[in-house]
Amino acid sequence: MQSANLLPIVLVLAVVAYMLAYMRSRAVAEPLGGIRNLKSLPFYYAARAALWCGIPALITLGLWAGFEGRVIQGIVIASLPPEAIPESAGQASLVLSQIGNVAAGKLNPDFVPEHIAGAAALLETLRSQSKSFMTIMVLLIAVLGAVVAWFRVAPHVNARESVETTLRRIFFVCAAVAVMTTAGIIFSVIFETVRFFGMVSFWDFFLGANWSPQTALRADQVGADGSFGMIPLFTGTLLISAIALLVAVPVGLLSAVYLSEYAGKKARSVIKPLLEMLAGIPTVVYGFFAALTVAPFIRELAETVGLNASSQSALAAGLVMGVMIIPFVSSLSDDVINAVPQTLRDGSLALGATQSETMKLVIFPAALPGIMGGILLAASRAIGETMIVVMAAGLAANLTANPLESVTTVTVQIVTLLTGDQEFDSAKTLAAFALGMMLFVVTLILNVIALKIVRKYREQYD
Amino acid sequence: MTDQRSQAEIVRQSLKRRYRKERRFRAYGMLAIAIALSALVILFADIIGKGYTGFIKTTITLDVHLDGEAMYLDDPTDADQRSMADFNAPIITALGDLIPGVEDRAAQRELSRLVGSYGSSQIRDLLRSQPELLGTTQTVTFLAHDRVSVYVKHADNDNYSVRLSDQQIEWVDYLVERGVIKTAFNDVFFQSGDSREPSNAGILGAIIGSLLTMVVTLLIAFPVGVAAAVYLEEFAPRNKLTDFIEVNINNLAAVPSIIFGLLGLAVFIGLFGMPRSVPVVGGLVLALMTLPTIIISSRAAIKSVPPSIREAAEGIGASKMQVVLHHVVPLAMPGMMTGSIIGMAQALGETAPLLLIGMVAFIVEIPDGFFSSATVLPVQIYLWASSAEQGFIELASAGIMILLTFMISMNALAIWLRKRLERRW
Repeated sequence: MQSANLLPIVLVLAVVAYMLAYMRSRAVAEPLGGIRNLKSLPFYYAARAALWCGIPALITLGLWAGFEGRVIQGIVIASLPPEAIPESAGQASLVLSQIGNVAAGKLNPDFVPEHIAGAAALLETLRSQSKSFMTIMVLLIAVLGAVVAWFRVAPHVNARESVETTLRRIFFVCAAVAVMTTAGIIFSVIFETVRFFGMVSFWDFFLGANWSPQTALRADQVGADGSFGMIPLFTGTLLISAIALLVAVPVGLLSAVYLSEYAGKKARSVIKPLLEMLAGIPTVVYGFFAALTVAPFIRELAETVGLNASSQSALAAGLVMGVMIIPFVSSLSDDVINAVPQTLRDGSLALGATQSETMKLVIFPAALPGIMGGILLAASRAIGETMIVVMAAGLAANLTANPLESVTTVTVQIVTLLTGDQEFDSAKTLAAFALGMMLFVVTLILNVIALKIVRKYREQYD
Repeated sequence: MTDQRSQAEIVRQSLKRRYRKERRFRAYGMLAIAIALSALVILFADIIGKGYTGFIKTTITLDVHLDGEAMYLDDPTDADQRSMADFNAPIITALGDLIPGVEDRAAQRELSRLVGSYGSSQIRDLLRSQPELLGTTQTVTFLAHDRVSVYVKHADNDNYSVRLSDQQIEWVDYLVERGVIKTAFNDVFFQSGDSREPSNAGILGAIIGSLLTMVVTLLIAFPVGVAAAVYLEEFAPRNKLTDFIEVNINNLAAVPSIIFGLLGLAVFIGLFGMPRSVPVVGGLVLALMTLPTIIISSRAAIKSVPPSIREAAEGIGASKMQVVLHHVVPLAMPGMMTGSIIGMAQALGETAPLLLIGMVAFIVEIPDGFFSSATVLPVQIYLWASSAEQGFIELASAGIMILLTFMISMNALAIWLRKRLERRW
């Protein structure tokens, strides 16, 4: 990996630039009578040199490494004879991987069509040219930056100002990464979703009651198109989330009430971290527990009472997910219950109400909006949870409300559609992005509402 | 008067009921906590109960006579000969010596299946490294076949089905009695990568993969997160753009992790053409995912530095940047580190986004760099848990124990750091 080797070289150059500029600034200061006659400390001249040397070079390196592959692919495809230029993206990726294999020596060039062998040779040359170009360019920019900084070490130059401005801009870019991430998420899902709706009608997706995304191996196979109706996935997700909330809300809420109103300080300091441990356990562990312990247990239990349970029941996944989100509900409820002013509590107790009556009739109504916000956050968490359902819920898209049957969820389908072999333009792959978009939008709405409620509630008593 | 008395009477009469209600309510609270805590206990007990056997291996120790004639081999240094040779022959002979009277081919094959399927390659490797051993008799410890291992470890466990013939069970019982088949600490598990055979599969590859991924995550998320927090707390002007960034960070913290997998797939792999299943891409995705956590906790740490420090530094003429870099950030560092360690622990346990960027591949080799195919601990656990072979279940639980050990020690480190370094003002 050339770019990986170039990175330390640039860093070393930056250090060298730092040291050279440091020495020069001292040398400049010497005849003037010491560094107090410089506008900035030698450190700032040196830091400026390092920044000028490193940053432009690193940006160039990053951009080059990021887009090199795409540009070279484009050139290679364009170099193919007109009759061999692939029509679809799928064909293109096939041709490209063939060319790549020839170039990497995995495929004998004598066994492929001539234009492929030619393209492979072109790919080789382009790659090595690009590598040397990149190396020369990056090193040139780095050295140039260092040289400019070196010449601009002068007593009247305020290097501190420029270093601080640069740093502030870097900090801003870092803060903007969050925005770029959101933008990246939105663009990546929207782009593919739009392409998906070019293949499958919008209403079929939202109102279809049949989900079977298998694309056929042969074009004339029965059901070759696959059907993409998301209703069964949606109901499956809702069923499992509802079970999870049925477990988490009462347990979480009552624990929060007990911890904030009844438990002593000592008990609280032990129980609270233990409860929060439940949130820290990786979801794959819960998935393992649900699939291998809870699901068989439920199945046996159902059989003893004469019911028929699937080995991958919605109930198992939902119960375990409920356990996982108990701490969300309990810690958020704990916060809002504690935020209720003590005066309300004291007033109620002074009127002769018992603690539980105070809780039920005074504190709980006052804390209700905040608790609702917490429950919404927990719900969004349950909807987006992946590993538990991947491991414990099934793949069959059943449209059912029976918790003992196997259902599938949006997240399960995203994982199944995107693991294994895939092409970027098949409806199957794009469907995963459409589902991802749905998931993103729904959880975003839930979160925004929940955060708004919680914040509004907090302001009420501040 | 009578009216008042009767009201007091009513209150007194209702007291008993109200106190009962009070006690019941209290009991509900305790019950809820008991349910939550017992779920935790059952979870841990279940995993330890399922997984401790993963740390045990079953071995067969045999005196094998490395007979060149039986192996059709007279020069172990010759690669062509090695590829043709029958390294299974000495194992069958050695087993035959222990259990006499096995004559027909089918029974011999059954007998040789007591030793794991990598037994013959073990002999081959032995002869390749020490050709002079040809013709001698050596005591070699083999891994037992997975079915033998399951029988030895789980004969009385209903969850496992023994897939040995009655004949084989008889042999195994006899060999266990003779001390030929033994159980020992499973060092293979800590020294190798994944394998199709449960006895040969190890977690080292996944641990190294997780380590490489975490290094990338840390190198990106920590500096970027701290810088973002510093900007938002210290430099950001109060305007629409800053508000927008803040709302964004809060929302990102609640986006389902699988969405980050979609982002990684579409942007890093689709747009930038980065390779699949490599620690760099995994680390990048996890870095974006943990960034909000780190930013939020770093901001809290910066906020807790008292304004008097800033004012004192500004008072003696420090620039804003000097105040921040020389005073605020060093003082907030323990808090930032605590938050980052907790964020890293979360990232270590994350599975879903990594599935989408192809880190689910079956990888035997131990990854040797940021650009070599790798898998990570939670994904390895997922792979083993969804494997059909029953021997993998205990490996998955053993893997979970290792993962939890890492996570608990990271969290303990964070708590220790907070207690040790954090200053209360």
